[in-house]
Amino acid sequence: MEDYNRNCTCEQNEQTRADMFERIKCLNFAITELGLYLDTHNDDEKAICLHRKYSKEYRELTDKYQKVYGPLTIQFPCNKWRWIEEPWPWEGGNF
Amino acid sequence: MWTYNKMLQYPVNIKCTNPRLAKVIISQYGGPDGELAASLRYLSQRFGMPDQNSKAILNDIGTEELAHLEMIGAIVHQLTKNASIEEIEAAGLSPYYTDHGVDVYPQSAAGVPFTSAYIACKGDAIANLQEDLAAEQKARATYEKLIDLCRDEPDVLDPLRFLREREVVHFQRFGEALRGVQDKLAEKKFYMNDGNCLDMKKNDCNCN
Repeated sequence: MEDYNRNCTCEQNEQTRADMFERIKCLNFAITELGLYLDTHNDDEKAICLHRKYSKEYRELTDKYQKVYGPLTIQFPCNKWRWIEEPWPWEGGNF
Repeated sequence: MWTYNKMLQYPVNIKCTNPRLAKVIISQYGGPDGELAASLRYLSQRFGMPDQNSKAILNDIGTEELAHLEMIGAIVHQLTKNASIEEIEAAGLSPYYTDHGVDVYPQSAAGVPFTSAYIACKGDAIANLQEDLAAEQKARATYEKLIDLCRDEPDVLDPLRFLREREVVHFQRFGEALRGVQDKLAEKKFYMNDGNCLDMKKNDCNCN
């Protein structure tokens, strides 16, 4: 908690974090759902187009988020081991 | 392989302790129609699927079920972590507390530990996909019963409703995969013999 507070000096930043994470979760869900749909509708151009659009936004947004608030996956490079920071998702780590 | 995403698929933020609800919701963790059974069922059946669509759908739904297992674990954890001994006793959780404390253990609402007897891998794609369709309906029905039991707890109802909806989507996708497999198995098969097979066998094999 302390570490991201170092980067967050006001309540508005906290709101930015929550908004970013909300968008990440929405994109993650949309990508999962489109993925299942495409597994049985391989030729649906509109779905592929949406999947491409959301996946690109997901990559950009998670990159931005993780640089400030810590890693969401263990593959994200970091100078300090922030992976262990609490809360974990099951402890209310989802805003 | 799998890697962990440090987020829940859908948020679980429960403010009020309620071990009575945890006692029944745990069935979707390790019960007969729970998320652990679902995940292992699909991830095990995927090895025997005959076409690319059914391999992919079993792989991907099996993966999503692991995310659901985590959500149910989070619900049970948040409902019990601050429970007093009196609340645990009043919820009828004394036997559970004796063996597991407030850890999350895969068992049914009636206390039966998880067993792989809940899943089938029949060595038959049609039989397996039909089982998966039934499994999704049974999980949906279980969620509807849990929604009845949790009617006064909006923090619990919200993720349960999300999980119920996912069962409906999975049922739809499995139905489409089943039709694909049926078409594939009904295709006419052509066997070609180019006349060299017997010679090749003679050359490659020294045992006769």
